[in-house]
Amino acid sequence: MVITKLLDHLGKYLILMGSAFSKPEKTSMYYREVIRQMHDIGVGSLIIVFIISLFIGAVTAIQFAYQLDGTLVPDYYIGYVVRDMTIIELAPTITCLVLAGKVGSNMASEIGGMRQKEHIDAMEIMGVNTAAYLIMPKVLAAVIIIPILVAIAAFVSIGGGYIAAVPTGLLSGQEFVMGLRSFFIPYNVFMMFVKSLVFAFLLTSISCYQGYNVKGGSIELGKASTNAVVISDIMILLADYLIAVVLI
Amino acid sequence: MIKISGIYKSFGDTPVLKNISADFQPGKTNLIIGRSGAGKTVLLKLLVGLIPPNEGQIFYDQVDFLHIKKKDLRTLRMKVGMLFQGSALFDSLTVEENIRFPLDMFTAMTKKEKSDRVNTCLNRVSLDGINAKFPSELSGGMQKRVGIARAIVLNPSYLFCDEPNSGLDPKTSLVIDELIKDITIENNMTTIINTHDMNSVMEVGDNVILLHEGKICWQGNKDEIMSSDNEILHDFIFASPFLQRLRHAAVSNGFDI
Ligand SMILES: Nc1ncnc2c1ncn2[C@@H]1O[C@H](COP(=O)(O)OP(=O)(O)OP(=O)(O)O)[C@@H](O)[C@H]1O
Ligand SMILES: [Mg+2]
Repeated sequence: MVITKLLDHLGKYLILMGSAFSKPEKTSMYYREVIRQMHDIGVGSLIIVFIISLFIGAVTAIQFAYQLDGTLVPDYYIGYVVRDMTIIELAPTITCLVLAGKVGSNMASEIGGMRQKEHIDAMEIMGVNTAAYLIMPKVLAAVIIIPILVAIAAFVSIGGGYIAAVPTGLLSGQEFVMGLRSFFIPYNVFMMFVKSLVFAFLLTSISCYQGYNVKGGSIELGKASTNAVVISDIMILLADYLIAVVLI
Repeated sequence: MIKISGIYKSFGDTPVLKNISADFQPGKTNLIIGRSGAGKTVLLKLLVGLIPPNEGQIFYDQVDFLHIKKKDLRTLRMKVGMLFQGSALFDSLTVEENIRFPLDMFTAMTKKEKSDRVNTCLNRVSLDGINAKFPSELSGGMQKRVGIARAIVLNPSYLFCDEPNSGLDPKTSLVIDELIKDITIENNMTTIINTHDMNSVMEVGDNVILLHEGKICWQGNKDEIMSSDNEILHDFIFASPFLQRLRHAAVSNGFDI
C-alpha cells in the first residue's frame, strides 16, 4: 500500500520534472524569473545562512577542543577538523536542510496558492507550459545560487571556529591556520559542490511538486508546505549518504 | 466552430453532465444558462480541457480536442481566451502586467506596442488609467472586466466567459455584454458564455442552451424564449415573483414582450 503510493508519487514527480525541463516559450520571460528567484533565494537567505554557519563552526571547534583535552593529539588539529567537518558535511547539509525549511516551504505555498486560486489554470488556458514556467526557473536559480551560499557558509563556519577557539585561548591563531593548511584534499571541496548541487535540485523540485499538486483549501496548502520541508529533508539526508558511499 | 457530442461527466458517483451535444457557431454569442450547480462551470472547463470528460467528443473546428498532442494543444490555446468565474487575476502583478502577460509570453511586440495594446483593451472594458493598480485594489466587477481585457488581448478565436456579469450593476453588465457581442462579430470568434443573468440572455442570446439536471433541456435563440412553452425555461427566466407578475400581466393583456 505504502509502496504503491510512493511509486505513484515518484512517477508523477518524474513526469512533472519531464515537462518542467522542456523548451521555454520565451527565453526572456524565463530569464527574468531566474534572476528574481536567484535574488530571493540568495539575498533572502544570506543572513540565516551566515548566523547558522557561524555557530556551527564555533561549536565544532569548542567540542573538538574538549575532546582533545588531555590527549596527545596536537592542538592545531582543531583547525584541521573544523575545516574538514565544515567542507565535507556541515556546510552543504546543514545549509540545505535550513534552506528546505525556508526556501522550500515558500515555493510550495507560492505555487500551491496559484493552483488554488486558478492562476495555474488561467496560464494553461493561455497556452503556457506552467510546469516549465513555474518550476524550471526556481530549480535553475537554486542550482546556481545555493552552491554559492554553501561556499559562503563554509568560509563563515571556519571563521566561527576561529572566533570560538583563538580569542578564548584554546589554541593560537598560528596553530589554527596551520591546522587549516594541513592535510588538505581539494577533492573534498569538489564533493561539497556536488552535494550542494544535488541538494539544491532536490529541495526545490520536491517543494515545487508538492505545491503544484495541491488540492482543496488552506489546510491542504499548509500540509503541502510542511510536506515539502519534511520530504526534502529526508531526501537530502538520503542523498548525502548515497553521495558519501559513491564518491569516497 | 466548436462541436461537442455525447459528453458525459461525473465526479465519483454523482453525474453532473449526461450526454451533452451541441454546436457553437462563430460570430455568435452562445450562452449556457442554468441554475446554480447545474454544471455550467464544469461544462466550460471541460470545453477548454481543464477537466477531462468521462465520455464524448470535442471538436475545435477540424481539431479533435481530446486527442490532440500536448504541443499542438499549447498552440491552439494561444487562440483561446478565458474569463474565470473568480477572475483568476495574478494577484502579485499589476493590472497592466496581468493584461500584458500573454503578450510578454507569446509575442515579439515592442514595449510601446504592448502598452498600446493593453490600453486599447482596458479602454474597451471602460477601465482607462488603472494600469498601475493591483487586483486586490479593485472591486469584484472591475476585476471581472480586467479578466475580460486579459482574455481578449491576443485577439482569440475562441472566447469562454464564466459569469461575466455576476457582481456587475445592470448598466455595466449591459456594456460588457455589448462588448463581448461586438468583439465576437468583429473577429468572428466562437464565444461561449455561462450566465444566469436573464438580461444578458434577452439582449445577446444568439444561441441559448439551458442546462437542467445534467441535460440540455432547451435550446434556441432569445426570440424563441418568449414563444417557447418550456416550463423549466420559464421558471428559470422569470424566476422572481415580480417578473412572473409582469409576464402574466403582459400575456393576459395581449402584449408581446
Ligand atoms: N471538482 C469537483 N469535484 C466534485 N464535484 C464537483 C466538482 N466541480 C463541480 N462539482 C459539482 O458539479 C456540479 C456543477 O457545478 P458547477 O460549478 O458546474 O455549477 P455552475 O452551474 O457553474 O453553478 P454556479 O452558477 O453557481 O457557478 C455541482 O453540483 C458541484 O458540486
Ligand atoms: Mg459556475
